[in-house]
Amino acid sequence: MTALDPLRLTARVAKRLLVDGEISSAELTKVYLDQIAAVEARVRAYIRVTYDNAAKYSTKVDREMQAMRGPLAGLPIAIKDNMVTEGVTTTCASRILHNYMPVYTATAVRQVWDDHVVMLGKTNLDEFAMGSSTENSSYQTTRNPWDLATVPGGSSGGSAAAVAAGEALWALGSDTGGSIRQPAALCGIVGMKPTYGAVSRYGLVAFASSLDQIGPLTRSVYDCALLLQHIVGQDPNDATSVALPEPVALPDAERLDGLRVGIPAEYLAAGIEPGVRARFDETIARVEELGGTCAQISLPHTEYALPAYYIIAPAEASANLARFDGVRYGYRCADPVDLLDMYERTRGEGFGPEVKRRIMIGTYALSAGYYDAYYGRAQKVRTLVRRDFERAFADVDLIASPTSPSVAFKAGSRTADPLSMYMCDICTIPVNLAGLPAISIPCGLSDGLPVGFQLIGPAFSENRILQAAHALEGAIGFAPAPTFCDSGAVAPDGGGEAAAEWSPQPGGLCAQAWKEAQE
Amino acid sequence: MIGEDDVRYVAKLARLRLEQDEVARMTGELAKILAHIDKMSELDTADVPPTAHVLDVVNVTRPDKPRPSLSRADALRNAPAVSDDCFRVPRMG
Repeated sequence: MTALDPLRLTARVAKRLLVDGEISSAELTKVYLDQIAAVEARVRAYIRVTYDNAAKYSTKVDREMQAMRGPLAGLPIAIKDNMVTEGVTTTCASRILHNYMPVYTATAVRQVWDDHVVMLGKTNLDEFAMGSSTENSSYQTTRNPWDLATVPGGSSGGSAAAVAAGEALWALGSDTGGSIRQPAALCGIVGMKPTYGAVSRYGLVAFASSLDQIGPLTRSVYDCALLLQHIVGQDPNDATSVALPEPVALPDAERLDGLRVGIPAEYLAAGIEPGVRARFDETIARVEELGGTCAQISLPHTEYALPAYYIIAPAEASANLARFDGVRYGYRCADPVDLLDMYERTRGEGFGPEVKRRIMIGTYALSAGYYDAYYGRAQKVRTLVRRDFERAFADVDLIASPTSPSVAFKAGSRTADPLSMYMCDICTIPVNLAGLPAISIPCGLSDGLPVGFQLIGPAFSENRILQAAHALEGAIGFAPAPTFCDSGAVAPDGGGEAAAEWSPQPGGLCAQAWKEAQE
Repeated sequence: MIGEDDVRYVAKLARLRLEQDEVARMTGELAKILAHIDKMSELDTADVPPTAHVLDVVNVTRPDKPRPSLSRADALRNAPAVSDDCFRVPRMG
């Protein structure tokens, strides 16, 4: 077995080593479990590491490699803890689901399990995926391995930090307003939100159903395509899922000849940090060096996207989260005097502050007398945002922007002002409103912290995005690795630490290994 | 402008118990967020159709045939309280 650096190993290389017999799945999995042992106490990316599953299942894959030979067999993965996994608690980083043991598995997870991917564990997130820093987790604040005083972004901050810290080869996350792309940007890795409907949402605990989408977080664009290939597809259990018009191809482009890239003036208008802007401009210069052409475009309704999102997403969330009422699963308050008391106290005690805020905004916006002014209007603004993109894509092939206006910020620095946290997603939210695919790739450092470059395409243009991102990735040659330094926190700890009574319940074996063990 | 009484009313609709300090804090936060959201009213949207979903898929159906579903035991597995194979809840107030 060769010495492998988990901070640099890609799935593409790991797969070749496995196929060539240079490393076993058990050895590969141990590389990540060892890295978890070394850094997890500082990074806190995982809500639960499924040690037993990872050890047993990787050994089984090795033993039965012939039968299990699949394109992903034996490659370890981390899963965001808002995708249900039979046999492993799924908490959504919420007190209200601290003891929830799913009796089925999300389609996207099932697909990679069926490909004999080895699950390493479930990663931290902002509670119910509501947030941009993972500080809204009820259990722990994940830290950014590039500077442990800063946040990894969110809401898929656990998945992003796990990959960046070498605690996972790759991971699945979910993106409702930027929750894959923004943490990928802040952690210096690749993250992609596919076209709405490309990946089944069955078993993804619903936040905002018309916006949510599962996608990959990886160390390279090639890996991103490889993982995406295996999670897309129409699913009878998700009526909003659709088949992609063409299969996801593994990217090989090195040039961008003829590619027309639009740069929306509105995305660069305000609030972009100078260091982020500098890396963005350098990357745009690379687009032209590679044969592409860049032109400024306008997406005139950009400033209205955030207000519309903060009606639509909370409105859908307030309806989706009505199911957490202490009856069928999860937490129930102690000694309720009657049914209404049980509903109100279960939810009041079970949800954290940001989730309560969004339920309140959503309920208010949908309540009698306010529906037309808020929800009705937001849906119309959503149409205007979509039309902006449709007009733009008549003239350009892809749209480029910074993924996030800033690099990773200090833990605790934005928790006091919800609106300042919402502004993190100003460049990513319009994409969800329009249902489009977009990728974030690392394009350099600013003050020692990674900067993300976002490419947005028309619906179902995943292959175009992946090819362009692959060519750019090669030209950028992003080489640095996280240092696990700590510049000192603004606040001692930005997020809530779980009291013992709330800690996730023991999860036992994952069904992946458990089912096999029964055979 | 949203006030504390509005917040208490909406919390009731949402079946969400808020403590008094939460009501006060929430009122200030929601006022600020809603002020930002009110930016939408700058736009004339009278002739704009609403978007509920971005895909052109409507009325997705499947054959009306019974399929296996969650067993009773699995459906009850996570319930905080069960009696006689049913979810047990407190009495109505």
